[in-house]
Amino acid sequence: MVDSTITPEAATDHGHAHHGPVESVIRESLIDGKKDYHQISEDICRSVETRPPLLWLAAITVSSAALGFGLFTIGWTIWFGIGEWGLNRTIGWGWGITNFVWWIGIGHAGTLISAILLLFRQRWRTGVNRAAEAMTIFAVICAALFPGIHMGRLWLGFYPLPYPNTRGSLWPNFDSPLLWDVFAISTYFTVSLLFWYTGLIPDFATVRDRAKSYIRKFIYNVLSFGWQGSARQWARHEILSLILAGLSTPLVLSVHTIVSFDFATSVIPGWHTTIFPPYFVAGAIFSGFAMVLTLMIITRKVLKLEEYITIGHIEAMNKIIILTGSIVGIAYITEFFIAWYSGMEYEMYAFINRAFGPYWWAYWSMMTCNVISPQLFWIRKLRRSVWFTFFLSIVINIGMWFERFVIIVTSLHRDYLPSSWAMYSPSWVEVGIFVGTLGLFFTCFLIFARVAPVVAIAEVKSIFKLSSAEAKSKQGNH
Amino acid sequence: MEQKTYWKGIEELTQDNAFEQKKHNEFPETLPIEDVFSENNLGKTSKRRDFLKQLGFSLTAATVAASCEIPVKKAIPYVVKPEEITPGVANWYASTFYDGTEYCSILVKTREGRPIKIEGNTLSPVTRGATNAKVQASVLNLYDVNRLRGPRKGEEDISWEQADKEIMQKLSGIAANEGNIRLLTGSIISPSTRQLINEFKAQYPTTEHITWDAVSHAGMLAANENYFGKRALPTYNFDKAQIIVSFDADFLGTWISPSAFTRQYIQNRKVAKGKAKMSRHYQFEPGLSITGSNADVRASVKPSQQGQAILNLYNKLAVLANASEVGSVSKLDGKAGSAIATAATELWQNRGRSLVVAGSNDTHIQYVVNAINEMLNSYGATIDMDHPSYILQGNDKAVMDLVAEMNSGNVSALFLHNVNPAYDHPMADKFAAGLKKVGLTVSFNERADETGSMCQFSTPDHHYLESWDDAMPIAGHYSLSQPTIAPLHKTRAFAESLLAWMGKDGNYYDYIKKYWEENLFPQQSKYTNFNTFWDKSLHDGVFNSSAGSEPMADATDAADETTEEAGSAASGTGIDAAASAIKSHQSKGDIEISLYEKVGIGDGKYANNPWLQELPDPISKVTWDNYIALSPKYAIAKGWKQGDILKITANNHSIELPVLYQPGQMQGTASIALGYGRNKVGKAGNGVGQNAFPFVSWHNNSHAYYITGATVEPTGKHDELAQTQTHHHVEGRPIVKETTLGAYAKNPVAGNEDRAKVQSHMVTLYPKELSDYKGNGPHWGMLVDLNSCVGCGGCVVACNAENNVPVVGKEDIRMARDMHWMRIDRYYTYVDDNGNAINKEKAFGKDLANIADDAAVEVIFQPMLCQHCDNAPCENVCPVAATSHSSEGLNQMAYNRCIGTRYCANNCPYKVRRFNWRDYTNTDAFPWNEMPGAEEMLEDLTRMVLNPDVTVRSRGVMEKCSFCVQRIQDAKLTAKREHRPLKDGDVTVACQQSCPAEAIVFGDMNDPESKISKMGKDERNYAVLEELHVLPSIQYQTKVRNKKA
Repeated sequence: MVDSTITPEAATDHGHAHHGPVESVIRESLIDGKKDYHQISEDICRSVETRPPLLWLAAITVSSAALGFGLFTIGWTIWFGIGEWGLNRTIGWGWGITNFVWWIGIGHAGTLISAILLLFRQRWRTGVNRAAEAMTIFAVICAALFPGIHMGRLWLGFYPLPYPNTRGSLWPNFDSPLLWDVFAISTYFTVSLLFWYTGLIPDFATVRDRAKSYIRKFIYNVLSFGWQGSARQWARHEILSLILAGLSTPLVLSVHTIVSFDFATSVIPGWHTTIFPPYFVAGAIFSGFAMVLTLMIITRKVLKLEEYITIGHIEAMNKIIILTGSIVGIAYITEFFIAWYSGMEYEMYAFINRAFGPYWWAYWSMMTCNVISPQLFWIRKLRRSVWFTFFLSIVINIGMWFERFVIIVTSLHRDYLPSSWAMYSPSWVEVGIFVGTLGLFFTCFLIFARVAPVVAIAEVKSIFKLSSAEAKSKQGNH
Repeated sequence: MEQKTYWKGIEELTQDNAFEQKKHNEFPETLPIEDVFSENNLGKTSKRRDFLKQLGFSLTAATVAASCEIPVKKAIPYVVKPEEITPGVANWYASTFYDGTEYCSILVKTREGRPIKIEGNTLSPVTRGATNAKVQASVLNLYDVNRLRGPRKGEEDISWEQADKEIMQKLSGIAANEGNIRLLTGSIISPSTRQLINEFKAQYPTTEHITWDAVSHAGMLAANENYFGKRALPTYNFDKAQIIVSFDADFLGTWISPSAFTRQYIQNRKVAKGKAKMSRHYQFEPGLSITGSNADVRASVKPSQQGQAILNLYNKLAVLANASEVGSVSKLDGKAGSAIATAATELWQNRGRSLVVAGSNDTHIQYVVNAINEMLNSYGATIDMDHPSYILQGNDKAVMDLVAEMNSGNVSALFLHNVNPAYDHPMADKFAAGLKKVGLTVSFNERADETGSMCQFSTPDHHYLESWDDAMPIAGHYSLSQPTIAPLHKTRAFAESLLAWMGKDGNYYDYIKKYWEENLFPQQSKYTNFNTFWDKSLHDGVFNSSAGSEPMADATDAADETTEEAGSAASGTGIDAAASAIKSHQSKGDIEISLYEKVGIGDGKYANNPWLQELPDPISKVTWDNYIALSPKYAIAKGWKQGDILKITANNHSIELPVLYQPGQMQGTASIALGYGRNKVGKAGNGVGQNAFPFVSWHNNSHAYYITGATVEPTGKHDELAQTQTHHHVEGRPIVKETTLGAYAKNPVAGNEDRAKVQSHMVTLYPKELSDYKGNGPHWGMLVDLNSCVGCGGCVVACNAENNVPVVGKEDIRMARDMHWMRIDRYYTYVDDNGNAINKEKAFGKDLANIADDAAVEVIFQPMLCQHCDNAPCENVCPVAATSHSSEGLNQMAYNRCIGTRYCANNCPYKVRRFNWRDYTNTDAFPWNEMPGAEEMLEDLTRMVLNPDVTVRSRGVMEKCSFCVQRIQDAKLTAKREHRPLKDGDVTVACQQSCPAEAIVFGDMNDPESKISKMGKDERNYAVLEELHVLPSIQYQTKVRNKKA
C-alpha cells in the first residue's frame, strides 16, 4: 500500500536523504531521535489509535464541566438579561468584549504559522502548525460567542447580516466597525477552517490506511474525502494550500486590525488611537504564540511528541514572542508619548489614569506580563527551558488579557464628563462565561487531540530529509 | 354540407323526454344537499370516513384553540364616546396641586381619560407656571397600588353605608355626651372646606379643629401674629430683591413655596449682554442646600447659632439705622462674621430692595427677622403682608396639647385628615398611645399608613386628581381643582364624608359652586352671570379677586382656639425680649444635627413614589436613602469613611445611618433628612432610610429642626450609598464654565475665552450643505443657562413622566445604571486656604481635610441630556443603524431595530445613553426582572401613568432623550391642521416646560426669529466638548457668580 501521506518530494527520495536540498548541520534538527517515515506515522498516530490515558479523561472532565458551567451562565444571561452582568451606563463593555478580543488574538497564531511562516519558508512551523491551526479554530469559536451573547437582544442577532429583507429593504450600517467585525471574523474563520481541514486530508488518509476496524476506516475515509495520495491529488493539494496561504496572509493582518477599529474609530480617549492596528496585530500574535506554547508543551509531554516538537521549536517561537512582545511594549510607550504630545487633556488623563488611577493594578499587571517578562527570553537558557517557557506563556496570556481589560475598561470608566465616571467589576455570570469558553476551548482541543493527528504527518515528513536528526546525522557522516 | 351533430349520450340521440327536460337545468341531477345537511341525516348517516373527518377537524380545532394562549385584553371600546375624548388627542384640565405643604396651580394632561402629566399653569400669578419634582411626580401617586380601595373598619373592607352608619352612630353618642371631638388635619387652604368644617363644628360644638404640619412653620406664624396680628405667612417677592440674605431657609428647595420662589428668584439672576446686573444672595447654613449652592456668598453657621447670627445682623443694621441695638451679642467667627458685616452694609444700601429670610421655627428668631425686614423697608416691597400666604398653618403647641389630651383620655373622637402623626410627630409613640384611648378614630388618609392603620375606621379621601376642591393659597388668589378621572377606587371626598356625617345630602361639587357663587362671584364685576364666571374660573384654574386684600373669612380659624398659647410664645414681645430669649439658648455637645427635608421626599408623604425615591438628591446625588451628612474633614478626623454606619442617639431615640462626605457641611454639624424610614407606606417606600422625626426637639413652644448634644458612634457596619454621581470634581475641564459678575460686566466673554480657539479649529472638508440644515425645515436645538439652573431636579421627574423613563431601584443605582434621560451633573469646586481653586480630585474628602473654611465649597449644576450631535459618534458605530439622524437634526432611536450592542453608549462622550439592563417596565415576556423598589412600576395600575405617545422600551434596548419628539410631532400636526407654519414656542419640551427657573430654551435654530436663534449668538454660549467636532445641538451659557472676584 502506498503511504498516502508521503509527499511526492519525499516519495521520490525515500530513503535517499543525501540527494535532496541540503540544510546546514549547524541548524538544529527539527525531528529528533532515530526516525524513519514509518516511525513518524507511528508516533503521531498513536494518540488517535490508542485508548485515552487517564490524564486525558481527567482533563476532559474538568474542561467539559467548565463548558457546562459556561453554558449555564450563557443561559442565565439570555434568560435574565445583561443586567446580570456587572456593566453599567458608563462601562458598556467589560469582560465580554475583553474576552472576545483576547480569544480573537489567540486565534492569530494558527494562521500566522500556516500562512506567513509558510511563505517565509520556516520549516519549524511543520511541527506546530496543525495544533496551532486547530487552536485558531477553537479560539475563534470562543471569540465569536461573545459578540453574540453580549447583545441585549440576542434573538435579533441576524440584523447585522446584509440580506435583502422586507423592511424597506433595510441594510445594516456599513459605517460601523462592529459590522466590519462580522465580515472579518466570519471570513477569517472560514479560511482558517478550510486551511486546517485541507492540511488534515492526507493525515486523515494515513489514519484511515492504518485503521483496523471497518467503521474507523469508513469514517476516516469520509473525512479524508477518499484521498489516495496520487501525484495529481498532491499537486492539487499543494496548489490549494498555497492559495489558502495567500488568502490567509492578509487576514492575519486584517482581522485584528478590524477588531482594533472597534476602538480606534471611536471618540473615547484611550480608544481613539491610530497605533491600534499594528499594535493589536503584534499583540495578537504575541498572545497566540503564548497560547500555542502552553498547549504544545502539554501536548508534547502527554502525547510523547518531544521528538517532533523539539526545544528548537520552542525556542523559535520564543524568539517571535520576544519580537512581538517588544513591539507591544513599544506601542504602550508610544501611546503614552502621543497622549502627552497631543496636548489634549482628556487623552493625557486617560493614560495617567490607566497607570495611576483606580485600575492601576490591571495596568501594571499588563506591563509586567507583556513588556518585562518576554524580555527574559533574551537569555538563551531561559528560552530553551520548557518549564520556564510554559510558565511565561501563561504569564503572557494573563498579561494580554489585562491589556484588553485595560484598554476597554479603564478608557471607558473615566472618559469625558467626570459626572459619569464609574467603576466596574464582573459578576459571577461574566466570570462563568469566560470559564465556559476556556472549557469549550480545551474540550475541543482535547477531542481534536484524540481524533486527528496533532502534528501534520505529511508536512513533517516533507522536512524529514532536511531537518531531522536522522538526516543530519547521515549528512554529517559523509 | 350538412352540419355534423354530436350527441352526449344515447338519451340525447333518442331525444328521451326526461333527458330533454333536465338538459336545461344547471345541474341536471339534483345535488345531495338535503342528504348531507338535513338534521336527521347528519346524525344518522355519518359514515366511518365522515366520523374520522369530523374527529380530525374538531381535534385540530380544539388543539389550536387550547394551545395558543390568547391574552385577555381588557380594552373595552366606548359604547357612546364622550364628546370631549378623542382617542390619541390629549385633553388638558386646569387644576390645583396642594398637599398640605406646597401649592401649585397646574394643568393636567389626560389621554383617553387618564391623567398622565402635570404641567404648570402660567395663568396663576402665584406660581407663574412653575412646578417642581414633587408636583410633577404627584400624578404617579394617583396610580399607587397601596392606596386604600374603599372604606375599612380595622383591616376589614366595609361599604360606605356601613361606615356612615357606624360612625354616625358613635358620633351622635359622643355628641350627646358632649364628648370632645377633635379634627386633626394638615393645613387646609380650601375656603369651601374651611366653611364646611365650621358648619361641622356648629353641628358638633365640642369639635376642635387642629392643624398639623409635619415640618412646621408655627414659630413664624406665631411671630407674625405677634408682629402683625395675622397668623399667616408673608408673601415674598424674591424678584424684587437685589440683596437676599437667607438664614438656613432653603427657599429654592423646600421652604414654603420653592417652585414659586425659584421663578421669582431667577428674574434677578439672569444676565445678558447689556444687563450685567443680578441680585446678590447670602446664605448662612450648616449643611449644603440647593439654596446655599446657588448663593453668591455662603457661610457656615450652626443651627443653634442662627439666632446669634441674626441678632448680629440686627445690631449691624441698627447701627446704620441709628436705632438701638439689642445689647451685646457675641460675634461669629471667620467667614460668617465678615459675611454678616458685608451683608448688613449691602442690605442697608438696598433698603426696599432687600429681603431677609430665616428657616428657623423659633418664634423669637422670626420676630427679629421681621424687625430686620421692617428696618429695611421690605414690607410692601419684597414682602407682602397684606396678601398673606395660608399654605402652612400648623400649630405645634395645639398638637402637643392634643397628644396630652388624648393620653388623658379626654378625647372621644379623633378625625385625621392628611396627617400622619404616628410617623412624623416627634412624640409619635405618645401619639400612638393616646390614639388607643380615643373612643372613635377615623382616618381619611389615602392609605393605611402608620396612623391610618391604627384607626378604627379608614374612610379614604380621593386623590386630588379625582376630586373637586378649591384653594386660597394667598389672600385674594383663588384656584380650583377638578377631577381629571373618575375615582379609581371606592374612595370619597373628605368634605363629602363630613357632609354625610352631618346628615346632609349633596356633593362637594355643589357645595364649592355654592360657596363661589356666594362669596367669590360678588368680588368681581367682569362677569354678570355666575355660570360664565364659574366656567371661566374652572377653565383658567385660577381666579384673582379684585377685592384683593380681603382675608380668608375663616383663615384664622385654625388658630382661634390656640391664639393665646401661640401668642404667649412670644409674650412680653418686643425685640429685646426676643433677643434675650435667643441669647439664653445654648448649644451643647460636640455635634449639632440639622434636620432637613429633601427636595423629592419632603416630609415623607411621597415616600412610596418611585420617581421621587429615585430622583437623586440635587446636592449629594444619593437616591433611595437618607444618611448622615458630615464634613469630610470632620469625618476623616473621626476615622469614619463614607458609607460607614453610625449610630445616632438623641431624645432617647437612636437610628443607624450611613455617612455621606458632604463638602460644604460645617465642621461639628451633621445633616439628616426627614421623611425616610416609613414602614407602612407601600412596597417602594417601606424601609427606605431611617426616621429622623423623633429627633425633632421642642423649643419655645414649637418644634426645632435640629438637635444638640446627640451622641454619634460608629457601629462597625458599612453600606454603600446609591449615588448617581460618584466623582465630584470637574477635573479642570472646560465642561462647566463660570465667571464673576464683575468680570462679565467688563468682558461678556469672561469665563468663555477658550471658545474662540475651539471654534477656530472647526474646519471641515465637507461642503457646508452637507453639514448644515439650512433650508430643510427646522433644526431643533436647546440652550441651557447655567446661571439660571438651580439644580432642583424638577426636569428629571418631568422627563420621567413624559417619556416613560424606567425606575431601576436602589441596587441598580448602586451599579450605576440610572436610566434618567435628563440628569443634573453637580460639580464641587474648592478654594483652599491659599485661595487656589482645587478642582482635581486626588482622594475625595481628603482634599477637604486641610481646608479651614467649609463654606469655601462652591457648586455648579449642569443639566445633561442627549446633545443631539449633528456629527454624532453614536450613530456611525451602530451596526444595524438603529440610531440615526433626522432631517430636523434629531438623533433618533429606532427601538425596534436595536439589538443592544451598547457600542453607541460607549462612544457617547456625554454618557447620556441608557441601556435597559432589565425589563424595568414590564414590557415583554421576561418575568423575574423585579428590582426592589422598581417593582412598583410593574403593576398594571401603576402602568396607567405611562404616556401612550412614547414607546415603552423592552429589555436589551438602548434609549435616551428624544428631544420630546412626540411633542414636536404633535405641534407640527396642529400647525398643519391649522394651515399655518410652525412658529416659535409651539414646541415646548418636558424639561423646559417644568423648569421653574426657565433655564432651558428650545426651538428651531433655522428660524432666525426664534428665541434660540437670537440667543444663539451670546458671548456666554458654548457647547460641551465642542472640540470633538461632534456638533452638539445643545449650547450652555456660562454661570455668573455675583461675588467679589
